Amino acid sequence: MDILETLKTLASESGFAGFLSIDGIKNLVMILISFFLLYLGIKRKFEPLLLVGIAFGCLLVNVSNFFSGGESSAEALYHPELWDAFLDHNSEFYHSYGHIMANGGLLDILYIGVKSGLYPSLIFLGVGAMTDFGPLLANPKSLLLGAAAQMGVFLAFFGAVCLGFTGEEAASIGIIGGADGPTAIFLTTRLAPHLLGPIAIAAYSYMALIPMIQPRLMNLLTTEKERKVVMTQNRTVSKTEKIIFPIVVAVFVILLLPSTAPLIGCLMLGNLWKECGVTERLSDTVQNALMNIVTVFLGISVGATTVGSRFLNWQTVGIIILGLTAFCFSTVGGLLVGKLMYKLSGGKINPLIGSAGVSAVPMAARVSQIEGQKANPKNFLLMHAMGPNVAGVIGSAIAAGFLLAVFK
Amino acid sequence: MNIGDAAITAVFGYAVVFAGLLMLMAVLYCMGAFFKSKEAKSADEKSKNPVQTETKPEPAIEKPVAKGSAGRIKLYDVPDKEAAMIMAIVADTMKKPINELHFISIKEVK
Repeated sequence: MDILETLKTLASESGFAGFLSIDGIKNLVMILISFFLLYLGIKRKFEPLLLVGIAFGCLLVNVSNFFSGGESSAEALYHPELWDAFLDHNSEFYHSYGHIMANGGLLDILYIGVKSGLYPSLIFLGVGAMTDFGPLLANPKSLLLGAAAQMGVFLAFFGAVCLGFTGEEAASIGIIGGADGPTAIFLTTRLAPHLLGPIAIAAYSYMALIPMIQPRLMNLLTTEKERKVVMTQNRTVSKTEKIIFPIVVAVFVILLLPSTAPLIGCLMLGNLWKECGVTERLSDTVQNALMNIVTVFLGISVGATTVGSRFLNWQTVGIIILGLTAFCFSTVGGLLVGKLMYKLSGGKINPLIGSAGVSAVPMAARVSQIEGQKANPKNFLLMHAMGPNVAGVIGSAIAAGFLLAVFK
Repeated sequence: MNIGDAAITAVFGYAVVFAGLLMLMAVLYCMGAFFKSKEAKSADEKSKNPVQTETKPEPAIEKPVAKGSAGRIKLYDVPDKEAAMIMAIVADTMKKPINELHFISIKEVK
């Protein structure tokens, strides 16, 4: 046995040999970014359930790219070139999941659930089972705030086109303003799958930053007098109304925009299981076990798309900036309509609940509650803010449905 | 896509979201009005025709007292849960085990 030759072979095949290549340096940078994301998730608790998975997926995929052969190595966990062939109309493997299953790595196979829209829809099933639409039923005007808070989606879409992104890419970037992770992932996988990594990371990071971003805008756009408004208690909603609601919304919204069917259908099915009172086992499963399982797969497979050679470019920087713009303008949209409702109602509506129209449930509603209580300790805005908050979920699904209808 | 088309798409898209949610709002108002009127009707009927059923008071069945119990407690306008909490607080404040205390009655002072 030639020891020297064996050592040479081991050295050339080991991942460390790839450090010196150009893509190897990009992968190294991505590994450092994954460490930073892990720090944000674990230490700073920024959406840890997803961010830790995304960061570790990012780490795995970039480490595996140091293997000899890089991305196309048989040992690589994720193969972007397989997905390029999957999306290429001229390729013999166009839309061939079989090709992915036969040749893909672990993360390719998990990513099929993202690409097919399975994971975001299943997450919506769990979200529906966890959401109480009672505050929205008690005060249907909340829907206007949910609609207003989609302003950032369309402004960022316009901004992205101005910056040179294609319509499909701009739509995927704009939806970050909806502050709804599963919807952003769902739309991006359909319109601009190559941007999934930066869009998902931007969406979840900004959602985690809501308590830091929104209060400044809330204080800037509202007066002390407006923030002090104490709202009267909402009416009690009957059980029958809560049962009929998901059925009505599913029929109405899906008929309006058929492309929203997977998201709205799952959201409302989950809610019906919660409210109907005879499927407690199912409601419990989708809220807990299923939600956790899907979160595991979703996080790691979204992280897998952050391959250094494709992630580190100016487009990513543009997405991060446009995403923040989208998010801020969505908050502004909700607050402005909140102020309008304050005027029209003769000072009975606290405009702070408008910012909860972005659909990050329940964090945005909690921020409204905290800011309201800072202005007036007797203020309890949480249940009032939950109305626009859940309306925002429906609003962002409609916005995504519209963009999908236009660009698909 | 050119900038003009993008502007039109953005405005139209925002309008579609508003229109969709406005229509949904109208549907929810109709639903709410229907249920409110139904509730009002049943409340009216109840007040017009109070249910008059003569029921003989059931003879109180004395349940056996649990082993180790310090007897029964009389509650006046106090739910069981609150009574249990009050008893726990009293025991804690007096630093005495609850099974060594005998509560005779708890009454809400209005």
